[in-house]
Amino acid sequence: MATEPTGSTGTDGGAVARIRGRLEGPNTVGNSRGFWLGFAVAVLALAAFPVVGSGESFSLFLVLALLGLSLSLVWGYSGVLSFGQVVFFGVGGYTFGVVSINFPDATGITAAALAGVVVGGGAAALLGYFMFYGGVRNVYVTIITLVTTMAMHTFMAQTAGSEWTIGEAPLGGFNGMPGIPLLELGIEGVASFQFVYNEMSLLGLFAFDPFYYLALGLLLVTYLGLRALVNSDFGRVMVAVREDQDRTRMFGYDVKRIKLLTFTLGGALAALSGVLYAARNVYISPPVFALWFATLPVIWVSVGGRKSLLGAVIATIAIEYFRLSVEGEMALVVLGAMLLVFILALPGGIVPWVAGKLSGSAVPVSELDDADAPAEVSES
Amino acid sequence: MVNGLNLAFQFLDSFAFVVLAAAGLAVIFGIMGVINLAHGEFILFGAYATTKSVTDLGLPLPAAMVVASLLTAGFGVVVERTIISGFVPNWIGQRTVGRDLIEPLYDRLADSMVATFGLSLVMVQSARILFGNSIDTVGTPFGNVAYGAFSYSTYRLVLAGISILVLVAAYYLFTRTTFGTRVRATMQDEQTAKALGIDTERTYMLTFGIGSGLAGLTGALFAPVLSMQPTLGDQFLIEAFVAVVVGGPSVVLGTALSGGVLGAVSATVTNLTDSTTFGRIALLVAAILALRFLPGGITGLIERVRARRQEATDGD
Repeated sequence: MATEPTGSTGTDGGAVARIRGRLEGPNTVGNSRGFWLGFAVAVLALAAFPVVGSGESFSLFLVLALLGLSLSLVWGYSGVLSFGQVVFFGVGGYTFGVVSINFPDATGITAAALAGVVVGGGAAALLGYFMFYGGVRNVYVTIITLVTTMAMHTFMAQTAGSEWTIGEAPLGGFNGMPGIPLLELGIEGVASFQFVYNEMSLLGLFAFDPFYYLALGLLLVTYLGLRALVNSDFGRVMVAVREDQDRTRMFGYDVKRIKLLTFTLGGALAALSGVLYAARNVYISPPVFALWFATLPVIWVSVGGRKSLLGAVIATIAIEYFRLSVEGEMALVVLGAMLLVFILALPGGIVPWVAGKLSGSAVPVSELDDADAPAEVSES
Repeated sequence: MVNGLNLAFQFLDSFAFVVLAAAGLAVIFGIMGVINLAHGEFILFGAYATTKSVTDLGLPLPAAMVVASLLTAGFGVVVERTIISGFVPNWIGQRTVGRDLIEPLYDRLADSMVATFGLSLVMVQSARILFGNSIDTVGTPFGNVAYGAFSYSTYRLVLAGISILVLVAAYYLFTRTTFGTRVRATMQDEQTAKALGIDTERTYMLTFGIGSGLAGLTGALFAPVLSMQPTLGDQFLIEAFVAVVVGGPSVVLGTALSGGVLGAVSATVTNLTDSTTFGRIALLVAAILALRFLPGGITGLIERVRARRQEATDGD
């Protein structure tokens, strides 16, 4: 399809077309030149946002959008509804905290961030192996991940005693783990840069928060990377697993391995989000494992459109912005009612619905959406 | 001796808690394929209705409990008509824009979870707005039983008895009555049931009402022993959820068995470590292991063993 180069760049048309070809395909919405123009405008607007608003508080939404993306990958593209993305989010955050408190210099903190992602991804691999290679399917995966979340919550909330100290880092029970060092990436003594609480000013005109740009950059890279992934051959197999795993297995694909790989990647991505969350707040506590927090990613992804990476990002930012900025007692009532209306009236999510309207697609959203219907609970 | 008695009390306590928390959810999940994440808030509804009937209307406690259960059942029917089956919005839709506005949530597990979670948000926050962060509690009736250095609330024992009564009543309703036959027919094959003249819509509505009523009853029964705050439903949801899934496809038997197994695990670990937190963690870990090794739940295993034995005897 995408052979036409975007004229606006004016450089090597062939390379641009190749990159666009990688990023576009049947598994994503927005495969037109108009979309990429809009995308560029949106990215520029986000980059310029700290001029008018507070980048420091907005960065939270960018960090959480990574968590939303991780669930969109696992649920929307391989059909595994994980209620446990916050487990890997929390494990990533806690690992980052423990390692960075023990090694509070730039090298140590960089290693801590990597460790967070690796341990979170490892936890996902472990749980995924336990489930997928044990033959757990459908709603039981959802429930095991949900129960894991609850077990983590109960466990972390009771780690208040001094015996729950790892090196220098007390886990702190329900009070959480304060005193996580400021995020400084690089190698101590060679080159390093502090991202959090390091207000910089551009030409003395306005101050900006470098962490915001770190989060924005990572979100952008992750989004484009996942777009390339879901439109690759592997992505097509993921979607095949989502649509009909028995048939996919009969075609000779190793369904268990594909689910495990996707689940692990999703876990690592959730852990990255958790690392950034802990680094941004310089604090992490057990409510990251709470039921209401575990439900948030499911809400974001459902409302945005679970089969759309863009939907996950947009809905995460919009809902969290709404949830945290609307003050007063009615906010949760409105959020709950909104959720009900969206899930009932637009089961495919907002972004695919809008995309369908824009492209004049005749396929109603509801017909596109039956992946989570338990077609084969018969083995139970 | 004392420790053994203590263990027995703890077991009865956990058993009653798991069974009562799970009963309503099991009915709704087992029969309609709808996961009601607002189950905890239905319990909240029952608990608040009981407490308010006693403190504001001056009803005696047992009467208040009955009233609260019926109110919750009625509320459940309203929820089923408006949200789960979409009957009311679709009726309006047919008359205004000429098409259905929503699809029923039956057998759409993920969507039913998200929708009922939205409902639970609305209910918790409405309770907070209407009644504040806490309301007065009614006292625990019946006093205590004392043995040695320990004493135990008699009411907790009564709860254990009632939980068994609830199971027996549910068993009777679903296996020995015409209504139960209709429900099981609808559950097994909705199309065929409909073709045979069963009003499946009505069956679903009544089932949801019964499930909600059981949740309301749970709230009513636990109202005297809980602190009345808008988030009280949270402590029930996960145990209920776990019990239902560990129990497996047979609604009543599954709930009873998983209540027994999970209650025993939780009581034993609580007794050994002297910490209810570890008891709870053990319960959750037991549930994860049970799901991993018995994907069909406990009753699924029983059915498999029975089928195998059947085959063996047929072969002879």
